[in-house]
Amino acid sequence: MNRHWTIGLLLLAGAALSWAIPRYELLNPYLQATLMYLGINIILATSLNLINGYLGEFSVGHAGFMAVGAYASAILTVMLLPVGAAAWRFPLAIMAGGCAAALTGLVVAIPAFRTRGDYLAIVTLAFAMIVKSALENINAVGGPRGLLGIEGLSTMPWIFAWTVLSVWVIRNFVYSNPGRGVLAIREDEVAAELMGVNTRRVKIRAFMIASFFAGVAGGLFAHLLQFISPRIFDITKTTDILVMVYLGGVGSIGGSIVGASMFTVLQECLRPLGVWRMVIMPLLLVLLMLFRPRGIMGLRDFPWFRPSVECPQRPPETHPS
Amino acid sequence: MKPWFQANNVGHHFGGLSAISGFNLELRSGELVGLIGPNGAGKTTVFNLITGVYRAAEGSIRFQGRELTGLTPWIISGLGIARTFQNIRIFKQLSVLDNVRIAHYRRTHYSLAEALLHLGRYRREERRLTRAAMEILRLLHLESYADETADSLPYGLQRRLEIGRALATGASLLLLDEPAAGMNPSEVGQLMEFIGWIRGQFNLTILLIEHQMRLVTGICERVLVLDFGVTIAEGRPNEIQNNPQVLEAYLGQAEDGGQMTDDGRQT
Repeated sequence: MNRHWTIGLLLLAGAALSWAIPRYELLNPYLQATLMYLGINIILATSLNLINGYLGEFSVGHAGFMAVGAYASAILTVMLLPVGAAAWRFPLAIMAGGCAAALTGLVVAIPAFRTRGDYLAIVTLAFAMIVKSALENINAVGGPRGLLGIEGLSTMPWIFAWTVLSVWVIRNFVYSNPGRGVLAIREDEVAAELMGVNTRRVKIRAFMIASFFAGVAGGLFAHLLQFISPRIFDITKTTDILVMVYLGGVGSIGGSIVGASMFTVLQECLRPLGVWRMVIMPLLLVLLMLFRPRGIMGLRDFPWFRPSVECPQRPPETHPS
Repeated sequence: MKPWFQANNVGHHFGGLSAISGFNLELRSGELVGLIGPNGAGKTTVFNLITGVYRAAEGSIRFQGRELTGLTPWIISGLGIARTFQNIRIFKQLSVLDNVRIAHYRRTHYSLAEALLHLGRYRREERRLTRAAMEILRLLHLESYADETADSLPYGLQRRLEIGRALATGASLLLLDEPAAGMNPSEVGQLMEFIGWIRGQFNLTILLIEHQMRLVTGICERVLVLDFGVTIAEGRPNEIQNNPQVLEAYLGQAEDGGQMTDDGRQT
């Protein structure tokens, strides 16, 4: 119970800070923006880790799902939903962005999981390209010029709330029966199937959940930057997310949070170096892969992430030590 | 009355190569039957056909009145058939406890929404299945390893965990693929006792593939001998041991009518 109180208090403090920081300008706008991008990056890394870490497949389409969510939610707030002070307008748009991405995820997953291996990487790569060129050719959403005039609805409290919610839901999924199915597939697909796991369905579900949160992150991103264009969501965006996942560690939610944080901070710290940033980042990644091939927290997680009902209930120790 | 388990005229081939043909097997509930034969005789193929990993090209396999051919492995697993593998295939990076909990996959009753929000039946069900999994681990003397990753266990315990995982599916028919592989004689002795014990404890019917003749003659009630995908002999273990066709399959042409010893060598 103690642990629950600590986590609850920390979250409460975080929520209070996320409200107080912009309200009283405790940090300069640049740091505020960096913090908000950090939240979005955490959602992106955690959701991609579900596929590339927990499921053990290799997806390179995350930026594509992000784009779907970004455009869907931006279209809603810019064109469809009336501009007004209605409080539900923004969360509805973000949910819609997530759902659009999840449905797209379903369409990608059904053919992609017919076979195993590199197939998913190829299908998701093609998907990301299709999304980008499709968006470039739809004039209604600005084509290659992008979509302008998005309201800055992504405030710090909203981003904090969505980040906590996303991490919580993905963690819940991982520590549950369907989540164990995902892990079993990564370890040994044939054995998983012989244990009663409907592997195809489990994979599709996991993929849809990951896509959903990529869409959520896209929606938040669009309403933070207030401008989106197809070019933002190209393969380099996916690469950034991949770096966060592998830096932090595959198969670890804590790792994804650490990875996203380190990536965001490093990116900002190295900004003065200009183009040299593009040299130092990959170099760091190479060094990491040499010394910690599974990433900083590969396959391990913070103990307090684990729900207490999941822990084995041992009878009181009776045997002498 | 229809037999409890019946494979009828089952055949399967890879490309043009026949792996198994005209295979017949009947099992009565509670039996312990051995499946032996030289390497490449098609023994593991039989297991793969029964569990749905391969789909039989010919014939039918019926279990408790239900046709199995054409069903997916996860449906067959739900009907009560579980197996182990010749090369252990536990979930190596997962904890020992999770290995066993996955076996409850199909019998865990909460929805995806309840899983995502950890609400409703989630807590009750997780508590129940964790307790059930710990009970299996306790019976197999693995409970003190519950939180260890499975591949940190010594080889013998990994084998035992794999059997435990199969038992946890609630299977009534257990297929063991060379459970004694890589074990020394004293470990084989323990394994024989263990197999006899789980059979009574979990009300199992067991079909096992084995090369160690001591185990086969020691615990099997009936033995089937396969060679090149064809059943060449069937009977009680001691009858099989002296069957000239079997000796020939294992040793080539037997000239002096030699006898097979416990470990399958000729004297």
